[in-house]
Amino acid sequence: MKNLNVIKHEMVPEHFIMSDEEVQELLARYGIELKQLPKISVTDPACKEIAAKKDNVIRIKRRSLTADEAVYYRLVIDTKMG
Amino acid sequence: MDLQEAINGLKLPLNVKNDLFAELNSLQLSENEITEILQTTQDVYARSKVEPCEAVGTIAAQSIGEPGTQMTMRTFHYAGVADINVTLGLPRLIEIVDARKVPDTPMMTIYLDAESANDRDKALELGWEIEATRVSDIADILTDTDEMQIYVEFDDRVLQQRRVDLDTVVTKLQALQDVDIRIDGSNVVLSPSVKRYRALLQIVEKVRTMVIKGIDDIKRVVVRKEHEEYVLYTEGSSLKKVIPLAHIDATRTKTNNINEMAEVFGIEAARNSIIDEAMSTLREQGLTVDVRHIMLVADMMTIDGEVKQIGRHGIAGEKTSVLSRAAFEVTVNHLLDAAVRGEIDELAGVTENVIVGQPILLGTGDVRLIAKTSKV
Repeated sequence: MKNLNVIKHEMVPEHFIMSDEEVQELLARYGIELKQLPKISVTDPACKEIAAKKDNVIRIKRRSLTADEAVYYRLVIDTKMG
Repeated sequence: MDLQEAINGLKLPLNVKNDLFAELNSLQLSENEITEILQTTQDVYARSKVEPCEAVGTIAAQSIGEPGTQMTMRTFHYAGVADINVTLGLPRLIEIVDARKVPDTPMMTIYLDAESANDRDKALELGWEIEATRVSDIADILTDTDEMQIYVEFDDRVLQQRRVDLDTVVTKLQALQDVDIRIDGSNVVLSPSVKRYRALLQIVEKVRTMVIKGIDDIKRVVVRKEHEEYVLYTEGSSLKKVIPLAHIDATRTKTNNINEMAEVFGIEAARNSIIDEAMSTLREQGLTVDVRHIMLVADMMTIDGEVKQIGRHGIAGEKTSVLSRAAFEVTVNHLLDAAVRGEIDELAGVTENVIVGQPILLGTGDVRLIAKTSKV
């Protein structure tokens, strides 16, 4: 039995936990609130892999089909209540 | 001036930057010319971007919908990869945007690790290890209702081909409850401990479907050589059980079940899976749809961290506006529920404003002009 490293899968882009300053800068740049960001569940396999906690913001470096590289952000949420 | 540095400082997508660098680096240009080219590139890029307030969702819907009308509605099954039936065409596209829990024809694509990718025997062996082998595949099962006995006659050739050991089969059969077992050469004779007709038939059913080897959900495995390596295609999908197996490349192995991808690899993998599956379905039908439209759909479906369908139980059903939801499907139910709960419609979206006859908040409707009276 080998351990599955989800992040290494070719269909999973890189995930990074952002620092508080980075998050503040991001929200200021787009003029939005935290809850307006797209979400990701704490139980998400990629989230577990990088040990992200609730209310962290994750920066995702996607391999884009149109731009080679695109950055996306997701807010970690609790999804116990569906 | 350092070209690479100048290009990196620009607000352009990575591939445009790379193209620019490759092109400019090979030419002998003066600094002024380079500056001008960079400026022009940026201007052209800015002009090619979607205008603010553009209704991208509507455009995506039309751009996918129109080619969708040309898809043959009757391409339900048939001719997928290597003899495995896969749902194609419109039914598959509907399946993807509906985010079905399990697709009609689940299928995995299993890649092997570098060590075994070129080894045909290894690939075949792995195939047998994955494909579910049931007793009915390796033996003839005869029921004798007079003697209340079941004869299981094993086929040596098949046993060998599937690399199944007779002993393991017998051990599995011995685990059955309320059954007496007698081994007679290469055959096994079973009889219920309670001599009842119903018990006999139940045992036959249990024995027939008993999985001796492999993964329960995998009905069939096809080995095919592709781009100088062996790839396994499976009918049925069970990533969780396949990934831990030895000699499997867990970084490329995937399934066409989007919910399973989300469960095993996370929401971002599911997003990529939606794009890949939708694009290949369209491409297979000879239709070209810009990826950007599919990307928008995939982003909307995964925005809440779980795969949601486009439709009444997903995106359209979660809109805040009552009128907007009512305009989509099951109108009366939505209006009735809203009335009972005393919901308020803020008229913030597009559909609600169309209904009440106000300018919509899109395009020029989303821009307000303020004049500075002192200067007029």
